Amino acid sequence: MGKFGGASVILALVYIISSVTFIVGLKMLSHPAKARNGNLIAAAGMTLAIIGTIFLYKDENGNALHNYGWIFSGIMIGAIIGTLAAKKVQMTAMPEMVSMFNGMGGACAALISIVEFNHFTEVFTKSGWSEVPWQLTVNMTGHLLTMYAGALIGGVSFAGSMIAWGKLNGKIKDYSFKGQHILNLAMFVLALVLIIYLLFQLDPANYRLFYLIPVLSLAYGVLFVLPIGGADMPVVISLLNSFTGVAAACGGFLYNNKVMLTGGILVGAAGTLLTILMCKAMNRSLKNVLIGNFGGNHITASQNKTGGNYKEISVSDAAVAMAYARKVMIVPGYGLAVAQAQHACHELEKLLEEKSVEVKYAIHPVAGRMPGHMNVLLAEADVNYENLLEMDQANDEFKTTDVVLILGANDVVNPAAKTDPSSPIYGMPVLEVEESKMVIVNKRSMKPGYAGIENELFFHPKTSMLFGDAKTVLQQLIAEVKML
Amino acid sequence: MLNWISENQQIIYIVILMIFLGIEVIGHVPSVLHTPLMSGANAIHGVVIIGAIIVTGKAESNNYVALILGFLAVILGTLNVVGGFVVTNRMLEMFKGKKASSNSSKGGEKK
Repeated sequence: MGKFGGASVILALVYIISSVTFIVGLKMLSHPAKARNGNLIAAAGMTLAIIGTIFLYKDENGNALHNYGWIFSGIMIGAIIGTLAAKKVQMTAMPEMVSMFNGMGGACAALISIVEFNHFTEVFTKSGWSEVPWQLTVNMTGHLLTMYAGALIGGVSFAGSMIAWGKLNGKIKDYSFKGQHILNLAMFVLALVLIIYLLFQLDPANYRLFYLIPVLSLAYGVLFVLPIGGADMPVVISLLNSFTGVAAACGGFLYNNKVMLTGGILVGAAGTLLTILMCKAMNRSLKNVLIGNFGGNHITASQNKTGGNYKEISVSDAAVAMAYARKVMIVPGYGLAVAQAQHACHELEKLLEEKSVEVKYAIHPVAGRMPGHMNVLLAEADVNYENLLEMDQANDEFKTTDVVLILGANDVVNPAAKTDPSSPIYGMPVLEVEESKMVIVNKRSMKPGYAGIENELFFHPKTSMLFGDAKTVLQQLIAEVKML
Repeated sequence: MLNWISENQQIIYIVILMIFLGIEVIGHVPSVLHTPLMSGANAIHGVVIIGAIIVTGKAESNNYVALILGFLAVILGTLNVVGGFVVTNRMLEMFKGKKASSNSSKGGEKK
């Protein structure tokens, strides 16, 4: 490094510091009290790395970067749009926002690969393909492989994230057709074959085939996420997140850039583990999720048994039941999130507590659209951290609970997960709300939940239905409880 | 193959250690923090921006294809980094200071 003078040494130091901030930042992000500082530390490290790269980077011939106008205007535009988007987004739309930003990173990695490949072929064309003028320390095959991999993984990540984004905000519906798995597999294999072929047989006649890699990867990303049911979206986003990490690491290989490598691989590994943890929480294998047979196939099967009778409860009866209970457990779900009802929910909680009712929240690991989504929402409404029970704690407490109020949750309280082996969610741990004395379910209608599965809980003798938008219903409940 | 390994020892070590570190670091995360953590990790893989800067900065000043693609990559990478960190910070903002100011949660009730 030293042979290009002080700047490179300083840049190496900058990269080391940045890598450490990423590691420390991620570590701190896993402690509730330190998380915010962890994020800021990682952001500071990132800023340092970016500034350092712009001013101190020297290529393999010792030339500094130029085209500052392009670079700075790009950063300005990105920073302004990014800040505005991130500040304006509703807390409920957070998962799709993460998915969107993730896709941007993937696209960035794919573009880098494409530009580098263009550059590579130009150098070759100038100096004749027979010689090997490539002057990097990494040998040529490795160099090519990282470009191909960056284009492939980045493309899949971008296309997949965009579809996930569209699905989460309801713009794109589940879509699958016969033989889709085979087509997906075929495309994937084709891309791999293409990569291997271009790795060893690259010449002036066929190098344009490279552009098929990003095309294939985009198509694959779209078809890969399209059929996957909404219930699996958290897993998919987490997986795509780790894909982008690996795509970023490909760039690290390409430029022998340590900070890209550490950051990328760190996220790739952490994201993969997080994905597996989520799959475990839903008791599904990653393979099952990836092949994506959740939504489509099963909806028809479970729609056949439309369940018997359910009973409704009036708002005032529900208010009375809760106000005179000793212990109330609230089970928040996506319905609460869409209705932006977290503040109303907290208000009801405070009112009930004033009447010396013990109020707790039971949080299923995959409640909402992402693990921890509910915690973020409730934290926004100032709900006390200690009142949020994780699934196992909550399941211990349902037996002593008088009233369970379910706000727009469905699949996470479906007893079929324990009793019906033919159910697509069979084996997923659920909140055992039927252990309590009374269950009040707030839903907008009798329509099945996001995973498209009928829920027999609604027909359970202990269950009463309270139809309506979560926020409206909560406000009515608050008014009723106040009058008691 | 063996040649490649000996030439790239450093990188291989980094990859192996980072894989273990990534798993270790995230292994003890309470589920409450999964979403912020995912978002934070999302921001960190924004390091890909550095590649975008290098690719743009190296392009010849008259190679407009490279410049425009690189420029796009810089925009997208910056979006990933800035958006990622800002969103994460917003999420985490909600976890702090609950006891101190339980009623003054600004920016909360927008709609």
